[in-house]
Amino acid sequence: MKGKPLVSIVSAGLSKFGKLEGLYGREIFAEAAKEAFDRCPNLDPKKDIKALFVGHMGESYEHQGHTGATMADWAGLLHVPATRTETACASSGAALRAGMFAVLSGFYDVVMVGGVEKMTNRTTAEVTEYLAMASDFPFEQWHGITFPGLYALMATAHMHTYGTTEEQLAMVAVKNHHNGFLNPKAHMQREVTLEKALSSRVIAWPLKLYDCSLITDGASCLIITRPELAEKYTDTPIHIIGSGQASDAIGIYERETFTSLAAARIAAKNAYEMAGVKPEDLDVAEVHDCFTIAEIIAYEDLGFCKPGEGGRLIESGATRLEGRLPVNTSGGLKSKGHPVGATGTAQAYEIYLQLTGQAEKRQVKEPKIGLSHNVGGSGATAVVHIYRRGY
Amino acid sequence: MSQQASFTIEQFYKHISQGKLMGGKCKRCGAVHLPPRPVCSKCFSKEFEWVEIPPKGKLMTYTIIHVAPTRFQSMVPYAVGIIQLDNGLKIPGIIRDAAAEEVKIGMNLKVIFDSSVETSQWPRWPRYHFKPA
Repeated sequence: MKGKPLVSIVSAGLSKFGKLEGLYGREIFAEAAKEAFDRCPNLDPKKDIKALFVGHMGESYEHQGHTGATMADWAGLLHVPATRTETACASSGAALRAGMFAVLSGFYDVVMVGGVEKMTNRTTAEVTEYLAMASDFPFEQWHGITFPGLYALMATAHMHTYGTTEEQLAMVAVKNHHNGFLNPKAHMQREVTLEKALSSRVIAWPLKLYDCSLITDGASCLIITRPELAEKYTDTPIHIIGSGQASDAIGIYERETFTSLAAARIAAKNAYEMAGVKPEDLDVAEVHDCFTIAEIIAYEDLGFCKPGEGGRLIESGATRLEGRLPVNTSGGLKSKGHPVGATGTAQAYEIYLQLTGQAEKRQVKEPKIGLSHNVGGSGATAVVHIYRRGY
Repeated sequence: MSQQASFTIEQFYKHISQGKLMGGKCKRCGAVHLPPRPVCSKCFSKEFEWVEIPPKGKLMTYTIIHVAPTRFQSMVPYAVGIIQLDNGLKIPGIIRDAAAEEVKIGMNLKVIFDSSVETSQWPRWPRYHFKPA
């Protein structure tokens, strides 16, 4: 049945995002979990939470694998079955789906899903190396193509095909930094001017420093349950009514086009159909702006505008806080930050805040339906969720 | 596995060191895979033959890398791009012998093969690069 609640989010937690010096991933995850528990006094974590699914991309940062059990223990959930999911930068989008499957199957009533990444303990060169592992090794990394380089290849193709400009890319940064400026948990709470963004140093032309998301520490989580049990825990549940995930060739050179992500289009189509929702029904969205071009391509892949019109959509102001469809009210990966494993459920956290009216200075007026779009690597994974206010 | 060189990435790079761009053609459905694959992703056949692909094509997209991983740092800024070969398949690589402002989508490039292997560790693959044709 279209639009039927699949699961309900009854609580959510987010650590501070930023350079969290001296804190390990597990300690950051404990902070996010604690917020989710505090928001939900009717829940007894040790008794009610039956499993944990946690997204985490890289064991290289902290020389620490086996993330599921580690996070469960530090969250205070010792002995729950705890499993890590890994789909690069979409790892916690996938964790959310794993948790949904566990609840939808009837196996568990209440589960925690989340994500974590500790990154700032490493040098930029090391982080660059670790992030590149989400791309193809034998043909992309081996030939000197960096991770920003892959999105730069998409940006050049988009500019050539559709006339998208470097100014339009920079406008994404300006918008998201404005939103992040209003978010007390964002990594970089600072406005950026168009001139500053455009004159920042080149990383991989046409992408400059302000076209790139941040290297950030952070963790996020949600507590989900069967819709019919949601009222036991909260008066303000948020239902997930659509979910899609798709994959694509790991190397972008093998894909049909460089101006669109097929995985995102397929994931979105499946999520929209399941939810019985069209792009024009959305009130708020969090999209995967790992680079500014990625947000422009996301507008097109998600049907916010026609293919090729993403540059004009950002320019029109429609996706600003006060626009017809505010996008990345949290500040996005660009300004809130991108602790890769934590990003998927951090996007869901922002939609949860918006739909429950708790987004404070960046609150959108009475949103009812939201969407999140979480991309792994250069688009070999995409996860899309659609949410509806459940009260 | 047959006696024939197996259809692997390892073998693809062995051919590169011999100055040849070789793909694996599926004997059942005719799909050409570059890099080769041991199982055809179109029809699941395991029967292939090697086909030599003319090492030239047109530039589809590119970027100029300014911040590079350690092993490429001495080269910055450098251009990388994806070329479409004459048979329609695509490969990425570094573009040499062209100033940044000379690199244009649609330009004709040829594949130049490097035979040297720079490292004793895995992977012992030679590189290729592109230059204006």
